[in-house]
Amino acid sequence: MATAVTATPSTSKEREWTKPQAMAIPEGGYFADKVEQGRYGPIFPKTPACYGFSVIAKVIPGREGHLYNHAKTIEKAIGENPTFLASLKAHYLRWVVFKIKGESYMMYQGIFDTDFDKYCEDASVLFGKSGIHSAFEALEGWPADYATNPASIVKFFREHQCPSFLEYSEHPYVSCEEIKKALTLKTAFSNMLDQMQ
Amino acid sequence: MLELDDIQHFLLTRPRALAARYGFLSFRRPDQGRAWLSGIIDRVGCGRAIASGGPLDARWVTVAFTWNGLRTLGVGDSSLATFPEEFRQGMAARAAILGDTGANHPDHWVGGLASPDLHAIVILFARDVAERDRCIREHQQYAVQFPGVEALSTLDLEATPPLDYAHDHFGYRDRMSQPEIEGMGITPTPGSGAPLKPGEFFLGYPDEIGDGGPLPQPEILSKNGSYLAYRHLQEHVGAFRNFLRAHGNTPEEQEFVAAKLMGRWRSGAPLVLAPSKDDPELAADPQRNNDFDYGKMDPHGYAVPLGAHIRRMNPRDTAVNMNRRRMIRRGGTYGPPLPEGAPEDGQERGIAAFVGCASLIRQFEFAQNVWTNDKNFHELGNERDPIIGDQDGTLEYKIPKRPIRKVIKGLPAFTTVRGGAYFFLPGIKALRYLVSLSGGR
Repeated sequence: MATAVTATPSTSKEREWTKPQAMAIPEGGYFADKVEQGRYGPIFPKTPACYGFSVIAKVIPGREGHLYNHAKTIEKAIGENPTFLASLKAHYLRWVVFKIKGESYMMYQGIFDTDFDKYCEDASVLFGKSGIHSAFEALEGWPADYATNPASIVKFFREHQCPSFLEYSEHPYVSCEEIKKALTLKTAFSNMLDQMQ
Repeated sequence: MLELDDIQHFLLTRPRALAARYGFLSFRRPDQGRAWLSGIIDRVGCGRAIASGGPLDARWVTVAFTWNGLRTLGVGDSSLATFPEEFRQGMAARAAILGDTGANHPDHWVGGLASPDLHAIVILFARDVAERDRCIREHQQYAVQFPGVEALSTLDLEATPPLDYAHDHFGYRDRMSQPEIEGMGITPTPGSGAPLKPGEFFLGYPDEIGDGGPLPQPEILSKNGSYLAYRHLQEHVGAFRNFLRAHGNTPEEQEFVAAKLMGRWRSGAPLVLAPSKDDPELAADPQRNNDFDYGKMDPHGYAVPLGAHIRRMNPRDTAVNMNRRRMIRRGGTYGPPLPEGAPEDGQERGIAAFVGCASLIRQFEFAQNVWTNDKNFHELGNERDPIIGDQDGTLEYKIPKRPIRKVIKGLPAFTTVRGGAYFFLPGIKALRYLVSLSGGR
């Protein structure tokens, strides 16, 4: 029989944020006994640092300059529309360029609240929008039909993913929305105290 | 323009059918499968024939095939490989992705639906039970010529009384929100969005982002086709009514709980527009009963809880790229109605429905994997769809309410998946192409 209660923390997991956690991850990125299947293949496990990926790919020689133009494009797009990338449900995105034996590589690292598999079609629409795709088109192996074929983006990301072997969070499993709600609440309390003066 | 002479009517029109039969077939001999199909094609309604009315107007026949069925009829390996991976695998193989676990697992499915021997489905919608039974007798006389075509199972459907509007065994009014297709000349009801590009539902047409992408080959087989996801869901009416009684002291309170699970009153009136009291007139008015959003009108879920069935199945303005996720639903109810006030009688009843789309993985599987079964949909943390989600009794359901929300712990399963399959719904020319093949296995 189901029971009705009024409660705040409805699961023990909701309080996990109070205790920093680390998670060691097996070689290959999956826990063999509990691999969750996504629509496009197995899903990398959720860790205290939520979902995410670290995609590393070689930059097409001579295209490094495009990456810096791409950075300006993203900065402008977010400035004009701060919710431009909201559908990715990302905490942080980092684009890094580095060299190995004189050749350029790019690392695209993201921390997400949901696995990429769940919203990859939405991401592909974003990639298809003017300007957003330029960094990835500078990478070797980036699919030509990425804008209309979400599976091709997922395939590229899976083939170039370097899974973590250890992840840590000071506030485990906390989502962007929860952080924003907490800050909204803090602001509301501040305003309330101002009104009480 | 849509090729209405070629597209099967199934996703284009909604006939006023009160009865149906689904026949699930296995082609034990490919040549007999093709011969059976050759005699059926003229009975299959295309979009134009159905729209024009006439003698076909008392029954509507649809034929669709699994990937194994196409292979058995003689479609070659190189062609079969051009169909999407999820269709090639079939619904049973995708169970983990779809949330078909526990009692919902394909191991428990009925009617041979989880078997690779399932090759085709014949869907008969009929004006009434007498017409359905007449068509069944006619088909039985025809099919006896083809002992190599085996009926794995059949399912008979009948509208649940009262018959003045479509509803399921739980009593929820059905068919409240359907996408319209560009080029069909139908104006969507307010709140239903603009007509969608036909490529969202039919292969070979522009879709919402481009030309619709590459077609499975050869084109004569895939053009004007669609994919169907079939779901046979048992509804546990006794358990549902017990749940309402446990959470509502009066009939009015029980109706309110039922409305909060769905997001609409059982009459069909949307909670966003009628948050505290049912409004049957609103429910019956198509110019008003779908005209609402969530982002502006109910952002916190005080009217429609964030995890309610209709909010998950169509998040409206609170999701992006909604036009890439829309689907067309067809189907009906099966089994005897459970009279109000009667205890659970142990008889099986439920709904058996099809979701039509151009991409199973982008449309149907996304809805099932994310909207239905993602426990963290809308940051809910520990919920799945209260009506059709994969419920094992450990999850909860939150109903926002001032000053403090109500949390229902240990939500039971009100439905169980009893079967399912992925079918390809070819155009009429494609059916003739299949008849023309040879070989097969």
